[in-house]
Amino acid sequence: MFTPDLLDKSSQLRRKWEDEVKRTVEKHADQKESWTTLSDMDIKRLYGPEDIKDMDFARDIGYPGQFPYLRGNQVTGYRGKYWTFRMFSGMSTAVETNRRWHYLLQAGQTGLSTAFDFPTLMGYDTDSPRAKGECGKCGVAIDTIDDFQDLIQGIPLDKITTSMTINPPASVLWAMYIASAELQGVPLDKIGGTIQNDMLKEFIAQKTFMCPPDPSVKLISDTVEFGTHHVPKWNTISISGYHIREAGSTAVQELAFTLRDGMEYIEDATRRKGLHVDQFAQRLSFFFNAHIDFFEEIAKLRAARRIWARALKERYGAQDPRSLWMRFHTQTAGCSLTAQQPYNNVVRTAIEALAAVLGGTQSLHTNSLDEVFCLPSDSAVQIAIRTQQIIAEETGAANTIDPLAGSYFVESLTNQMEEAAWDYIHKIDDMGGMVKAIERGFPQMELSDAAYKFQRQIDSGEKTMVGINKYVEAEEQVNIPIVDIDESIEEEQLRRLAAVKRSRDSRYVAECLNDVLTVCKKGDNVMPTVIAAVKAHATVQEVCDVYREVYGEYRDPGIY
Amino acid sequence: MSRKLRVLIAKPGLDGHDRGAKVLARAFRDEGYEVIYTGCHQTPEMIAAVAIQEDVDLVGLSCLSGAHNYLFPQVTRLLKEEGADDIVVMGGGIIPEQDHAALHEAGIAAIFGPGTPLDAITGWINDNVKPRD
Repeated sequence: MFTPDLLDKSSQLRRKWEDEVKRTVEKHADQKESWTTLSDMDIKRLYGPEDIKDMDFARDIGYPGQFPYLRGNQVTGYRGKYWTFRMFSGMSTAVETNRRWHYLLQAGQTGLSTAFDFPTLMGYDTDSPRAKGECGKCGVAIDTIDDFQDLIQGIPLDKITTSMTINPPASVLWAMYIASAELQGVPLDKIGGTIQNDMLKEFIAQKTFMCPPDPSVKLISDTVEFGTHHVPKWNTISISGYHIREAGSTAVQELAFTLRDGMEYIEDATRRKGLHVDQFAQRLSFFFNAHIDFFEEIAKLRAARRIWARALKERYGAQDPRSLWMRFHTQTAGCSLTAQQPYNNVVRTAIEALAAVLGGTQSLHTNSLDEVFCLPSDSAVQIAIRTQQIIAEETGAANTIDPLAGSYFVESLTNQMEEAAWDYIHKIDDMGGMVKAIERGFPQMELSDAAYKFQRQIDSGEKTMVGINKYVEAEEQVNIPIVDIDESIEEEQLRRLAAVKRSRDSRYVAECLNDVLTVCKKGDNVMPTVIAAVKAHATVQEVCDVYREVYGEYRDPGIY
Repeated sequence: MSRKLRVLIAKPGLDGHDRGAKVLARAFRDEGYEVIYTGCHQTPEMIAAVAIQEDVDLVGLSCLSGAHNYLFPQVTRLLKEEGADDIVVMGGGIIPEQDHAALHEAGIAAIFGPGTPLDAITGWINDNVKPRD
């Protein structure tokens, strides 16, 4: 990166500076001995040319839209288009969530993102005994395509992209979307959106699972294959580090496990489906956390792009430049928020969102200040979305592409993150891949260790959380309006479901479900039969019960 | 010398947010309790059955999905029906203040929210829960 002459001068000046530091510290000791990132990476007092002297500009940095894509995929950066303001929302019934969606679109949101309630997430209907007490609580309840139609009422599917945070029943909810598009008369090559559909991180972190790891990955490859041939603009997997981080991982673990998950999906789709990586890699998207350690997060996001581009090119032989692009959504860190002095959460979220933007995110959700207590209120959501608009249009953060490139510190930290992530990736390769590593409990245990260590650091005061272990207000009165989901929602949803079950052609539903069963047993792609089943008003659980019957059920091993 | 405290950490319902439950399980183990953690997605019936079979002194329920008002009282009701209401039940997760009174009424002895230091929880247990005879 630098001429020998420059490095020589730098090292002379550095020695002089180091001598002065030594003298100063002898008189005035530093406030603390070790300075680390949130994830315990050691940080030096100062970075200089010598920290990045081994970098090769063309190989390691380059320009936007050029390998290794460190500086972003888009050649125009945010000037052509800001990131998508995509707020995650969903609550109670489909009608109520649809109302929130129209509110968000009118407030300037540019994409939709769906939160489902736990029964839907786990593939149970509202009338299942397992679902009792959960209906509509932390997302919208969807049992049949009738609910889905209410959800997307008045949303033009050819103009607005929708992301659905759904995992084990992803194929079923996606089938409902596809069937709805057909009913709206929108051709499938015009619809765009995302299904999360990332089961590996469920076993690692979020624990929303249904079938064991291997068949879970098979179902995902079915959607990848179907999307490749029929719904070319759909992102069939959103490979997610968000939940891994929320469950307590370090930044490096988030980066490494997420990217290794992505590699597993590539390997499965090429092996099981015979697809070429360039046929589908550009439809894989990612989802990261933006936590509170500003530079660590920026470095993580920059490193993610470079690792992915290198892996796709070198490990998987991708030729199409778009296959090398890592496109990602980011959400600010829910786990960084505090119930104590909750208005401080606005500040945390703003800083985290800025890190996401400086890291080059394509899409962003900003958390609301009240999410530690309940689902966000309209007014809290408004502050969260305004935070994004302020960053985009007031701060100047979007003026220039990758503004921190070339910073001795940021480049050095980016390199450090990449190196540490590759170490994990190779370790998991040696275990035989991520499914095998999960079966051994490896990533789960790594997360448990990190989460426990962090909690101990908070309890001991080694790390600070304002309002939790420092600057605590005695006798704090918190006055946050709580959004309460009425218990009567469950009865209403039960009535709706019962009405659909009464009015549909039961014999035809049974035939459709039998077709799904046949296809599952043969190992063929489930999507066509699932689309037919949901059109016949089969429920989410009815389809998922077929999956459970054929593939078996996975139980949480309870590793801690 | 009295025997070690036996604790069941359980996640009722469909919620998968297990970070808190697992951190507590470790903290309790370090505190010297015997810890049983049954993983996510337990029904109240499963939890009550394990609590009785394993003869625990304390059940710690964790729920972040909003379904606590239904799930927590189910566990205490089932324990009572089995004559095991001397097992102390405490809860944690995202439990709004306004729900606390009804949960206490239903037999949830203590509720710990986000940001609670581990020592505050073990301190409460050491003061309030003794090994059952």
